[in-house]
Formats: sequence, structure tokens, C-alpha cells
Amino acid sequence: MKIAALFSGGKDSTFAVYLAREHGHEISCLISIFSENPESYMFHTPSISKVKKQAETANIPLIIQKTKGEKETELKDLTSAIQKAKSNYEIDGVITGTMESAYQSSRIQKICDILDLDCFNPLWQKDQFEILKNLIENNFEIIITGVYAFPLDETWLGRTIDKTFLEDVKMLYDTYKINPAGEGGEFETFVLNCPLFTSALEICDKKIYGKKNSWTMEIEIK
Amino acid sequence: MILLINICKIPFHYFEFVKPIEEILKKLNIKFITIQYDKLTSEIFLKADKVIISGTSLKDNSFLDDVDRFNWIKEFDKPVLGICGGMHILGLIYNGKLMEVQEIGLVTIYFDEEFFGLNGKLEVYELHNLFVESSEFDVIAKSKKCPQVIKHKHRLIYGVLFHPEVRNKKLIEHFAKC
Repeated sequence: MKIAALFSGGKDSTFAVYLAREHGHEISCLISIFSENPESYMFHTPSISKVKKQAETANIPLIIQKTKGEKETELKDLTSAIQKAKSNYEIDGVITGTMESAYQSSRIQKICDILDLDCFNPLWQKDQFEILKNLIENNFEIIITGVYAFPLDETWLGRTIDKTFLEDVKMLYDTYKINPAGEGGEFETFVLNCPLFTSALEICDKKIYGKKNSWTMEIEIK
Repeated sequence: MILLINICKIPFHYFEFVKPIEEILKKLNIKFITIQYDKLTSEIFLKADKVIISGTSLKDNSFLDDVDRFNWIKEFDKPVLGICGGMHILGLIYNGKLMEVQEIGLVTIYFDEEFFGLNGKLEVYELHNLFVESSEFDVIAKSKKCPQVIKHKHRLIYGVLFHPEVRNKKLIEHFAKC
């Protein structure tokens, strides 16, 4: 099947694209939404402008859609981006990296239904630690670009998702119930390399800002 | 052993509609076997103590052309639970009719009696464009739009329109252990 992927550049949407390819589907294009609202319920915002570099190294066309990020207009903007993917690439379906959010999932399902497209959510309900393990096993190189919950602080920024990271978030999960996969918005991630990419991305500059338990690392890619 | 029947025609939907049910059974250490509905043989279902029939995506509904393949359930005297598309199948083999009603996302439903650990007013996750009505079933729970839980009048056959593997895992746990 020809599929368009809702793509934020983070680990979940990238892993979903990887799984679709592994199962023989063609990823016709990536769709990235640039939200002006940092509190958006639908879209992850940090490092999103870097998805252009990811799409380039993955050799997949990218559809960019800007939105003001107000609740209803962002759905309209998402619909028109998916409609564009349907007209330009004749896709049969859409794939997302949604794991738990009924809010995100139900809205995307409704849009796909209106546009007569199938909807794939291969990470739906998946165990969060299992996802991190799968990413490590499949040689994904992922860094933390944002932390937004107690007791996370700026020391987590730039960390790689590896076995030590997995052990540390297990400890946090046992003590504070911090969602280890970060879908609750606790962590933001960026994929620097994975089996979909023809070459690894390199960080050439970074800026860190934030306070208390809310920190962001803006990165520049070579 | 629980027989989990996968009704997804597009294999990639397994991850969303079948694997979450498998994970619940694994956590309970309950033996199960998952089979694609069109690969099922009598040899397999005769060994089963219970049957769960999965759902699938809104578009992936070619199982509806194959409902006759499920007629063996009428002779099967052990508990059967159909989820969403699985519920459609159970209603249809008992002379039911499909009707169009869309519910997607979190919806409140109301139970008339206890059903595998669920009761009263409850929030559930829905993903359907159709529901089934059959006079051979009693309705146990409803949303504002349509029947949500049905139970066969004389047999241990149950259907749920919502997806218990998403927000109401307890239902599958109780069914698996009953």
C-alpha cells in the first residue's frame, strides 16, 4: 500500500515509518505540521524544522503544513495536508506513531474516514519500554531535545536513548510514574540516524533554554 | 487455550487490533493461539476453550464478505467474545442486520447489568461506522447512539462494539479468566 506518514522527526513517528517499510508498504511522503502553538495537543513542536534534513536523508518527499495551532484550525490544516498527500501521491492510507492518546488518534481516524483513507497506528497500546528496547535493537540513534516534567532537568538534554537511558527511565517510572516513551510530553526526541536514513545527521550547533523542569535544546543540523 | 481470531485482511493492522489483546493475555499467563480468520480449521477451534474475535480498521472490512466462514460458532458450546468487527460477525451469523452509526474516540456508555467486571456509566474507546442488531441477543449496554454490549439469549456468546483492549482491559481479563 502507498502510505503517507504523519512525521514529527521524533522517535515514535520515525519508528512507525520504519515498521511500515519492514512490512512491505511504500512511504509515499512524510507530512509535518509546524504549529505556532507550543501547547498543541496534536503536534510536537521542538526541532520540527529539522525534519527537512531527515526527509532528505531518507529520500522521502516531505509535505510541510503550517498551522496557528488553535484546536479546530489545526485539524483543518491537517486535513488539507493529508488531502494534498492523497492528490499528489495517490496514497491509500496514513500512518501515525500514536501510542495512547485517544485525542490524537480519534481526530486522525475521523479525517482518514472523511478522505476515504485507511489509518495505521502500529504503536497503539504498545508497551513503552518495549518501544525503547526495539529502537535500541534496531540501531536508532535518538537524542533528547526537550524535557517537560518533574524531576527531569537540563542534564537530560542531548542524552542518547541507549541501555543506560532505559535503566534511568525505568527508575523514574517506578518512583514518579514518568512515561518512559514520553508520549505524555515528558520528553521530546529527535532521530539522528536509523535504518531509513542513507547517512547520519550531525549536530553543528545547539542552544539550551528553560527553567526548573522544562528545558528545550534547539539544534542545528549540518 | 484461547483462540484469538484475527479478522484484519491487511496484515499490518495486526499491531493495532490484535497485538494489544495478545499483550493482555500474556500478562495473565493465559495460553492462546492467534489465527487469521480465513486460515482457521476445525482442528484448531475444537481445541479451544474460549474464542475472542478481534476488530480491525474502519476501511479494512472485507471480513464482512466472509461471514459464512464463522457459522461453526453456532455449534461451538464454549464462550465467544466478539470485539467491534467481531461483534458484527456474531450478530450477522444469528440473522442480524448492520446499520450505520459512527462513533470514534472516547464515548460514555451505560450498562443495565454487570458484564465481565464492567458496570454502570463508563468511558470507552470506539472506532466504528456500523453496529449490528439481532433479535437473538439481549442488549446489556448502550451509548446514546446504539447498542454497545450484547449477549446471546441462550448461548455464551457476547459482543462488544467498543475496544476494551484500549481503555477497559478488565473486560478481557475477566472473560479470559471466567
